[in-house]
Amino acid sequence: MREFIFLGLNSIGIIAIISFFMGAVITLQTAYNTENPIYPKYLIGLGCRDSIILEFSSTVSALILAGKVGSNIASEIGTMRVTEQIDALEIMGVNSASYLILPKLVATLIFNPFLTLMSIIIGIFGGWTAGTFLGVITSEDFIYGIQYAFIPFYITYSLIKMVFFAFIITSVSAFQGYYVDGGSLEVGRASTKAVVFSSVLILLFNVILTQLLLS
Amino acid sequence: MIRINNLSKSFSGHQVLKDISVVFEPGITNLIIGQSGSGKTVLLKSIVGLHDVDEGEIWYGDVLFNKLNFIDKKEIRKEIGMLFQGSALFDSLTVEQNVRFPLDMFTDHGLEEKTERVNFCLNRVNIKNSNLLYPAELSGGMRKRVAIARAISLNPKYLFCDEPNSGLDPLTAIVIDALIKELTEEYNMTTIINTHDMNSVMEIGEKILFISDGLKCWEGNKNEILNSDCEKLNDFVFANSFAKKLRDSIQA
Ligand SMILES: Nc1ncnc2c1ncn2[C@@H]1O[C@H](COP(=O)(O)OP(=O)(O)OP(=O)(O)O)[C@@H](O)[C@H]1O
Ligand SMILES: [Mg+2]
Repeated sequence: MREFIFLGLNSIGIIAIISFFMGAVITLQTAYNTENPIYPKYLIGLGCRDSIILEFSSTVSALILAGKVGSNIASEIGTMRVTEQIDALEIMGVNSASYLILPKLVATLIFNPFLTLMSIIIGIFGGWTAGTFLGVITSEDFIYGIQYAFIPFYITYSLIKMVFFAFIITSVSAFQGYYVDGGSLEVGRASTKAVVFSSVLILLFNVILTQLLLS
Repeated sequence: MIRINNLSKSFSGHQVLKDISVVFEPGITNLIIGQSGSGKTVLLKSIVGLHDVDEGEIWYGDVLFNKLNFIDKKEIRKEIGMLFQGSALFDSLTVEQNVRFPLDMFTDHGLEEKTERVNFCLNRVNIKNSNLLYPAELSGGMRKRVAIARAISLNPKYLFCDEPNSGLDPLTAIVIDALIKELTEEYNMTTIINTHDMNSVMEIGEKILFISDGLKCWEGNKNEILNSDCEKLNDFVFANSFAKKLRDSIQA
């Protein structure tokens, strides 16, 4: 339960903010790149929707989470390692690796897909807000656009990606923290490594999963 | 009783413990002393099985501990309490939850019974009205005492303390030492204490093992330590000028 709060609920704010502005920017960029009247206006809504669903709500969110949740997990477990709390667990007959890592894995695997869904909704809302308030598209066109040629599998695709990314973030970061050797300096280093390694793996798996799921 | 036979341990080629043999008896305070970096912590962690040893035997009574599997080790671990060099209280748990943790892991007592035991142990180390505080809200000495309470919560047969009074003022240090000695006698535990504090040595050194660079150099008790003929031990014991003056004035 504690893990849900720390790793999930606390990330809602940042994901909401990022999604809103991402949606806004994508809408504006699409609008300014398609000023030629041969493109129908509703394409802006469609472009916003698909970019958000395909890429931003999963991959970009995951990169943000790698920074926030990943460093958090690595430094928490790393601190427990260097302050001998993990030794203390072992002495009490606890299998420290599964005791510490499993709840975090469960929490992120269950919660992150919700963050993705939330990100999709807020992102599209951000696009609508920016588009209509700045007058680049009418509300009707935008709403028509986000319903036009909608492929529900894209959402599944996005959720599947997020589940993989959640696994990458949690396991890579927990590993980095668990095998820290030294003091607080090394804990800092481990949490940096956790972020870098999980980000790179996320980008790599993004390509692999896209090829597997969309080709 | 804990018996160690010819124990050696190295980390990636760097030999930290060399062929150490020693017996620790129950009911008395056994001390391991030596300079910083001499291998005290590694020895203690090897004895409790946190490090796998390269060679040698570790006997708990008549059980050969270092050859047991995880499940069987757990049986022995139920009887082990350990106080770590930095207390190692769980940051995310309150004082009460920390002390209850071993009870949650090893017993199936009801919450009421466990809470009663927790309060008894906290009372025993003189921690009062702090059940709901977190470790970060305690002073260093209180943390040590809570850690002792956690270590004794299962009524262990074996108690290990890694520098129980490092970082404490001399008076608090003596209180902690006295507490450990009292508990040892009260429950007839086999207690092993790492220290480099000469005050502790003179207060509670009923059996002393001196190691230097991972080698066992000397063993004896606090009465014998002042007139040993071990060079390195004398350097250690009479490290400060006050102690040297005292020795010279007695010899004169
Ligand atoms: N996990 C480890 N990996 C590699 N080397 C280690 C490890 N733990 C300890 N050592 C080495 O073993 C030696 C003994 O360390 P140990 O911690 O036992 O010293 P100590 O006697 O407890 O010192 P102090 O009084 O400062 O606590 C040191 O040289 C240390 O570098
Ligand atoms: Mg030490």
